[in-house]
Amino acid sequence: MTESTTPGTSRAAGKDLRLEGVTKRFGDFVAVDDLTLTVPQGSFFALLGPSGCGKTTTLRMVAGLEEPTTGRVLIGAEDITNLRPYKRPVNTVFQSYALFPHLTIFDNVAFGPRRRGVKDYQQKTRDMLKLVQLEPYATRKPAQLSGGQQQRVALGRALINEPGVLLLDEPLGALDLKLRRQMQIELKRIQTEIGITFVHVTHDQEEAMTMADTIAVMNAGVIEQMGAPGDLYENPETTFVANFLGQSNLIMVDVGDTSGRAVVVDCHGQKVGVESTRSHTSAGKGWLGVRPEKIFASPAGLENHNGSNVLTGGRISDVSFVGVSTQYLVRMPWGQELMVFEQNTGQRAAFKNGDEVDLAWSRAHAFLLDADQDAQAGMMTPEADT
Amino acid sequence: MTEAVTTPPAPPAPVVDGENARRRGWGWLLLIPGMLWLAIFFLFPTVQLFFTSLYDPSGSFERGYAMTWHVANYADAIIDTSNLFVRSFMYAAITTFVCLLLAYPLAYAIAFKSGRWKNVMLVLVIAPFFTSFLLRTLSWRAILSDQGPVTSFLQTIAILPDDGRLLATPVAVIAGLVYNFLPFMTLPLYASLDKVDYRLIEAAGDLYSSPFTGFRTVTFPLSLPGVVSGTLLTFIPASGDYINAELLGTPKQYMIGNRIQAAFLTERNYPWPRACRSS
Repeated sequence: MTESTTPGTSRAAGKDLRLEGVTKRFGDFVAVDDLTLTVPQGSFFALLGPSGCGKTTTLRMVAGLEEPTTGRVLIGAEDITNLRPYKRPVNTVFQSYALFPHLTIFDNVAFGPRRRGVKDYQQKTRDMLKLVQLEPYATRKPAQLSGGQQQRVALGRALINEPGVLLLDEPLGALDLKLRRQMQIELKRIQTEIGITFVHVTHDQEEAMTMADTIAVMNAGVIEQMGAPGDLYENPETTFVANFLGQSNLIMVDVGDTSGRAVVVDCHGQKVGVESTRSHTSAGKGWLGVRPEKIFASPAGLENHNGSNVLTGGRISDVSFVGVSTQYLVRMPWGQELMVFEQNTGQRAAFKNGDEVDLAWSRAHAFLLDADQDAQAGMMTPEADT
Repeated sequence: MTEAVTTPPAPPAPVVDGENARRRGWGWLLLIPGMLWLAIFFLFPTVQLFFTSLYDPSGSFERGYAMTWHVANYADAIIDTSNLFVRSFMYAAITTFVCLLLAYPLAYAIAFKSGRWKNVMLVLVIAPFFTSFLLRTLSWRAILSDQGPVTSFLQTIAILPDDGRLLATPVAVIAGLVYNFLPFMTLPLYASLDKVDYRLIEAAGDLYSSPFTGFRTVTFPLSLPGVVSGTLLTFIPASGDYINAELLGTPKQYMIGNRIQAAFLTERNYPWPRACRSS
């Protein structure tokens, strides 16, 4: 959005949210460690990470509910690090919604404008109730609404203030799966419509990928990697990102020739290539990563995989049919089991346990990571999809 | 439930309703023990009290009383003691108000600021009840006595004239009442404030409320149930109390409780005080 409005950018860009060297300690525990990031105005930004990674603390520091131990928080040129929450041009949609139980839906939404002495708050409130489709419920109390409706009240109550930045703390966490999907689309629609910067904290990688323009993956108080959802998924730079966003096969390899456009690695005796832009390590050992859906399995020795990487000698050790796809585990000659997801196109009969297969994938689909990292990092079930 | 199917402008009824059908069962049996207790020890004495209040007042404890439906007992009671009634309610009202002013910040601090000391502080609030009501009030006599530290301090800073005293004044009686009934105000307030979700206060701050506005618009309204029950629990016993007026005041500060106590225990006049109490 900011790129397209070049003439006005000097003013528009003046509302970017910036964190500069922000650290937050609780006693000995470092919740957020020297975090620096810029959220461009008008973007939908997601902070993604497992619980306890510091994402909520980061959000609360932007809201003013926590004070950074060191570092600065700025919106445009204005330093808001020491501003009290009620003086910040920032509003929050709380995880628990935190709707005022003693006020009607109308009064909940009108709360902010009233405190600020907005003259036509009644009209504005009605407009906002219309936007979040809650007009018939204006005189109800929050306890009389369903979870999804309460969620929309919380959203309306924050949006009506036209904040510079809207903070969303796991806003869909309490909703069931179907409603969550619906609200994801809704949230994205509203954000596009009004163009306010959204900073969305979540542990749900699908939610982050569906909605955000930019995702910052957080782990243990630092940002592991930041970028567009596609880039993060296709070209992760750390094992944590590779495992936390989707699933990855990580194979220990020896890094060989790095001079060409493709890095050649030795994978337990078989040579495969990785594009150098997708290599995040230099020499010695490395983790070769391939997404399970990028791998093509074929009966051993039958097909010619021109230009692709091929690993031979696999044997199917587990088959699970999940409808849209079939998920295989393939035991490789060195003992490791690799995941292979095959789209259920019906072109070919499914493999059976014990079938011998070759695995192939395009050079543009693998990635190479530093071997010092834990291959299990980020594999924790992301709070079991609550 | 049929509502749910009708046109959109009438939003579906709140979900709570479905629960009720299941609850209708044998649950009301749980009322029986409490109801029996109340029938025997509250309802029966109250009825008896009412009839006693209509006895002929010329009777006596030794000779017995005759039932003459003597409604005039009520008129006598109200005329004789109207000033005591007014004074009792005034003292009780002031007591309740002062208790509210003192207890609210205390309850707020315990609920939100005490951290791991919460339970200790709650015990401290209620701990004085280990000592008898009478003894605690007697010790206030010493505190407020003419030679006591409070009186001499107030004399030194000239708030009280040199011959002024605290004991035997309305101030002493109300101070005693406030002291004795403060926990009755503090505990319900605490219970109410402790239930207030701190995130709501954060949300108010996020929505442009200064800490004071947030208190006025969110915390206080949500604590109103505690204010109401605290007020009742303080006002009602305070208006019937006689120990404080007896020990810290003079007959000039006597409250209705003193008169009833005197009539019952000293004068042995039964119908009259019962009329008092019933009215």
